[in-house]
Amino acid sequence: MPDISRRRALTAVAALAATATAATVVAPAASATGHEHPMPMPQAFDEVYKGRRIQGRLMSGGGHHHEHGGGFEVLVDGVQLHVMQNADGTWISVVSHYDPVATPRAAARAAVDELQGAPLLPFPAN
Amino acid sequence: MTVRKNQATLSPDEKKRFVGAVLELKRSGRYDDFVRTHNEFIMSDTDTGERTGHRSPSFLPWHRRFLLDFEQALQSVDSSVALPYWDWSTDRTLRASLWAPDFLGGTGRSSDGRVMDGPFAASAGNWPMNVRVDGRTFLRRSLGTGVRELPTPAEVESVLSISTYDMAPYNSASEGFRNNLEGWRGVNLHNRVHVWVGGQMATGVSPNDPVFWLHHAYVDKLWAEWQRRHPDAGYVPTGGTPDVVDLDETMKPWNDVRPAELLDHTKFYTFDS
Repeated sequence: MPDISRRRALTAVAALAATATAATVVAPAASATGHEHPMPMPQAFDEVYKGRRIQGRLMSGGGHHHEHGGGFEVLVDGVQLHVMQNADGTWISVVSHYDPVATPRAAARAAVDELQGAPLLPFPAN
Repeated sequence: MTVRKNQATLSPDEKKRFVGAVLELKRSGRYDDFVRTHNEFIMSDTDTGERTGHRSPSFLPWHRRFLLDFEQALQSVDSSVALPYWDWSTDRTLRASLWAPDFLGGTGRSSDGRVMDGPFAASAGNWPMNVRVDGRTFLRRSLGTGVRELPTPAEVESVLSISTYDMAPYNSASEGFRNNLEGWRGVNLHNRVHVWVGGQMATGVSPNDPVFWLHHAYVDKLWAEWQRRHPDAGYVPTGGTPDVVDLDETMKPWNDVRPAELLDHTKFYTFDS
């Protein structure tokens, strides 16, 4: 992506960040299945990146799908993006599953980069 | 006996038969079942929970069995076909014959990543993306953009020299051969190749790109090479490990095969060298 459009996108992000809710949530207790999550939950986020809304937040209702975001969910334009946290604290998503990044927000941005404007399909329907 | 050959050495007829069998599996619907299975495991294998196909000791035997299933499906179409392997440490550029129009086709165009040539290009009409995570229905690649370089022979060598198969906690944080080959630690071999190819290969539905099989056939060959160099080192763990497939435990989704039964590839196939 050319630098100029990236800068424009980031400016839009900065403008929106002021209104976004940036709540720090605490790590949940060990789940019923005994899969204790050793790392603190990342910060919630809500921003527009390259023209698309990306959100990250603590999952409501525990999120017991056949996927594991460790209780944290990420959405792109309102559609859930499957994310996963690695043991070292890094994150991946289903559209960049072999390339860890530092935070779920970075995973969401990497997904928007990868999608090149395409809509995400809901999982596990796909 | 099946002989798996280096893709660079295949004859035009061998390439044609391989491609033909893959396209027939796609046409019949059997191909997409493999994509679906892989994505289900990649989404459910976690470092802190049950893990079978990835980020765990059974990454290698699981993919060995997964490739055996696929190879047997190919052979049910054309019994002469075997899975070729791609030695990405040697054939490491976009000019490799692997990416020629008579085999897998080349990289995607810059605007949308769409592969424009070869038998798997969307325009040929034979390769719809049915199992997918986004709206795009065409095969995509961006060779060498997600990461610039494929692993070098020296990097492969450094991983083959690691004498321990795997180590606690038996996940993406482990030291040892398996995790360095898988790529979550160290110089990064297997994971980096997925990223280098880009497109669907960088995603959970990576078997949508036929190069998936050639990549994993080489990862599998590296396991065999590691065994040859470390005859006294074996698969671990060997019992009683929660969430991890021990040597004599059965693996999902088959439930009737154990890592112990997959350690010796010569029961199923040999390599050209």
